[in-house]
Amino acid sequence: MSDSTTSPAIVSLRGITKRFGTSVVAVDAVSLDIAEGEFFALLGPSGCGKTTLLRMIAGFEHPSAGAIAIDGEDMTGVDPNRRPVNMVFQSYAVFPHLTVARNVGYGLKVTGVPKPEIDARVAEALSLVQLEHLAERMPDQLSGGQKQRVALARALVKRPRVLLLDEPLSALDAKLREAMRLELVRLQQSVGITFVIVTHDQNEALSMADRIAMMEAGKVRQIAPPAELYEFPNCRFVADFIGKMNLFEARVAGAEGDRVVVEAEGLGRIALPHRSAASGEIGIAVRPEKLRIGDAEPGADRVRLRGRVVEVAYYGDESHVFLDAGTKTMIVANLPNEARSTRPRVAIGDALWISWDPADTLVLAE
Amino acid sequence: MRDWRRNKAAFGLLIGPASLWLVVFFTLPLAIVWVYSFGLKGPQGQTILALTFENYTRALDWLYLEIILKSLWIALATTAICVIMGFPLAMGIAFAPKSLKNPLLLLVILPFWTNLLIRTYAWIAVLRTRGFLNFGLEWLHDGFAAVAAAVGLDDLLGPFQPLELLYNQYAVVIGLVYVHLPFLVLPLYATLEKLDRGYLEASLDLGAGHWRTLVSITLPLVMPGLVSGGLLVFIMSMGNFLTPDLLGGTSSLMIGNLIARQYGAARDWPFGSALSFLLLYATFIALWVRAAVAQRSKGLSY
Amino acid sequence: MTATATKALAPPRAQRRRRDRAGPLEYTRRRWLQIVILANFVFLYFPIVSLIAFSFNDSKRNITWQGFTLKYYVKAFNNTALHEAFGHSMIIATTSTLVSTVLGAALGLALYRYRFPGKGPFEGWVHLPIMIPEVSMGVAMLAFFARVDLPLGLFTITVSHIAFSIPFVAVVARARMAGFDHALEEASRDLGATEWQTFWNVTFPYMVPGIVAGALLAFTLSLDDFVITFFTSGPGSTTFPIKIYSMVRFSVTPEVNAASTVLIVITLTLTVTAMVIQSRMGRKPRA
Repeated sequence: MSDSTTSPAIVSLRGITKRFGTSVVAVDAVSLDIAEGEFFALLGPSGCGKTTLLRMIAGFEHPSAGAIAIDGEDMTGVDPNRRPVNMVFQSYAVFPHLTVARNVGYGLKVTGVPKPEIDARVAEALSLVQLEHLAERMPDQLSGGQKQRVALARALVKRPRVLLLDEPLSALDAKLREAMRLELVRLQQSVGITFVIVTHDQNEALSMADRIAMMEAGKVRQIAPPAELYEFPNCRFVADFIGKMNLFEARVAGAEGDRVVVEAEGLGRIALPHRSAASGEIGIAVRPEKLRIGDAEPGADRVRLRGRVVEVAYYGDESHVFLDAGTKTMIVANLPNEARSTRPRVAIGDALWISWDPADTLVLAE
Repeated sequence: MRDWRRNKAAFGLLIGPASLWLVVFFTLPLAIVWVYSFGLKGPQGQTILALTFENYTRALDWLYLEIILKSLWIALATTAICVIMGFPLAMGIAFAPKSLKNPLLLLVILPFWTNLLIRTYAWIAVLRTRGFLNFGLEWLHDGFAAVAAAVGLDDLLGPFQPLELLYNQYAVVIGLVYVHLPFLVLPLYATLEKLDRGYLEASLDLGAGHWRTLVSITLPLVMPGLVSGGLLVFIMSMGNFLTPDLLGGTSSLMIGNLIARQYGAARDWPFGSALSFLLLYATFIALWVRAAVAQRSKGLSY
Repeated sequence: MTATATKALAPPRAQRRRRDRAGPLEYTRRRWLQIVILANFVFLYFPIVSLIAFSFNDSKRNITWQGFTLKYYVKAFNNTALHEAFGHSMIIATTSTLVSTVLGAALGLALYRYRFPGKGPFEGWVHLPIMIPEVSMGVAMLAFFARVDLPLGLFTITVSHIAFSIPFVAVVARARMAGFDHALEEASRDLGATEWQTFWNVTFPYMVPGIVAGALLAFTLSLDDFVITFFTSGPGSTTFPIKIYSMVRFSVTPEVNAASTVLIVITLTLTVTAMVIQSRMGRKPRA
């Protein structure tokens, strides 16, 4: 499922499949294009094949079928050391027996770059990641975040066409992760090259990437910019993996112009705006932040139902309200705590109206 | 882990008997040998207790020094060959598909479980002038000669001269390598196995070729395992008695044989004791170096 | 997913056989390394295999293959000196195993469990018999027995074997205990058991496979030992390896090969058994 973009594609995958042994298919006929200069994310749960796909672009695995082209050149059978891409490994793989400076200069040294140029480029790379003052340190004296920056500098100094990052933030603690997210985006914009990252963390993908490829069990389910992926997921898996949702089982009853009519559990018969044809059993869903709850009866133009508050989880900036509306699963609504007050806005046991704009409904066929 | 004082009786019961045995039947004998090393040989071959360094200095006589140096040389050669042979073997196992690793390791260890004596004398049948190796060479020689004759170049190679491979230094080295190869392969394999493949992939990714990666990245990072295994082979080769006894000739005696002879035919126990302790000191030094290397590399977590 | 379903999804037979290109780090799939490994294995196995093979050779001088025969095994079995030597080896090995297993297991347990001053040097000292050259230990035992006027014989051999077996058993026992969940002992005490009850009912059962493996190791070491036995044996107390040695010194005949093969089979069986036990030690007990 490829997505056409206006910039020329710098990485092009066609029908990439990877089999391990005779029964494990890690990547299943994936085709996609990555545009030059974009920050591209491969997102998915563990075991979905995203890391395998990344490693095939880098050259550490060879595809069982299909072709990879980087910058227009076919990479079949090309060793990793001859590809115009560089990788930042999940464990960083900073050589423990070399200083920071030697680590960063390693890739230049082994390709025969003359020493004065090595020194100049290493200094440039180190200042890019703000590690100039640590140039002569040994890796065992560095923190995790610093090691990661060494790995970044080491890869960037080679001026690759594409930088591949394998779960770059997973080994960092929460606060550092937040800071590094912005760092990486800033870095990518200042260096201007294509970044491809692999992550299982949807927040990382949503906040950093220009486009995200959502993967499941070896296949690419949807490629889209973050907002589109979040607001217009094309299947249940994507809707469920990214963000939270309230899902209702439904059955298509007919169509009315550009709207589809469904019979949904707890909601009765409703008409929803939906572009493509849908039929049979489907799921309809709505994100928690789109729900409005309260005593006043909502207008007839909204989708509505009654529920009773079962639990309220307080998170400081918002509260998650759990309501029992007689549907298969509980309904979750997000209430931002706008006013500064210690009095809870809803109490357990309250019977309230839950409603939302029909246009906010996700219609999920598969 | 608890403090020994909590239950002194239990502690004593567990550690006492074994310690007592080792003191009486291990440390005491060694102490006796140590004392003897300062003694003198009496007229009937008995040992007279004295306090002299004569036995130690006698070891520096060229007659004996030569043997000591030769032992060192043989041990060194053995270690070097074990490294040259063992490194590719360890690499091959470490980079084999997961299902093959344990079977391959088992195959390397299996010969090690046969008796040392048998393992050593098995080489006699292989190395002697009418042994398997020479048979193989003769077969090759005859094959080439036949081909040469067919092309019209008769007598190109001349008659077959079997190689004198037994009862000399070469046989001893071969025998020692044979016996000690697993001692190098196993620690080296363990280190290679633990090596984060990410380092190698990073090196390749940055543009280095496979040999460059091997020399610049793999070798420095497995050096502790290599040194540990190498020292072990060296120590064990130096003190070996059986291999030179069975496979070596009169000109390839090693320290072990020298010591045995002093306690046997030569009936010079003080001298034998001194030699024995020289060997022990060398062993201790090598062990200490090995421990120091291991300690230093423990700090760096690879 | 059922087996049949998976098979249905697998690629058709024609494609299935073709393997992917070797990844950059799959060195073992390169031809030249495979040849090197093979050469090494030929080096490792040829002498032993040829020795075993030629024990069946119908030829006195052992050079070329003359035909399959078991007559040298018969000869070896009828050799009374070999019998006697074998018997001696068995007595020594059994006695040595019994004593060294008890002492060594206790030592291993103590090293695992207790903290005490000087533990570091003590451990180093206990491991010495494993590390020092066998010649040195052999002559030391010889000197010792001479000093205390003990005639060389089965007793002196056994005593020496026990001395070098204890550290091996201790190492194996301790390795086994390293995997012991300390919380089990604490749970036992918490439920009211005394120290002794806890040991007998909780700790000891866990130790048993390690003790058995250690015992097998001690038996093998004793049965196989040559150098130390060489120095501590006297006339009339020959062991199996010593007898083989004297036969080899005389000449390498198929009979020697036969006797050697028998010894190889025995020690391999014992070692494999010990290994199987040790690998079972790694598995969690069934609930």
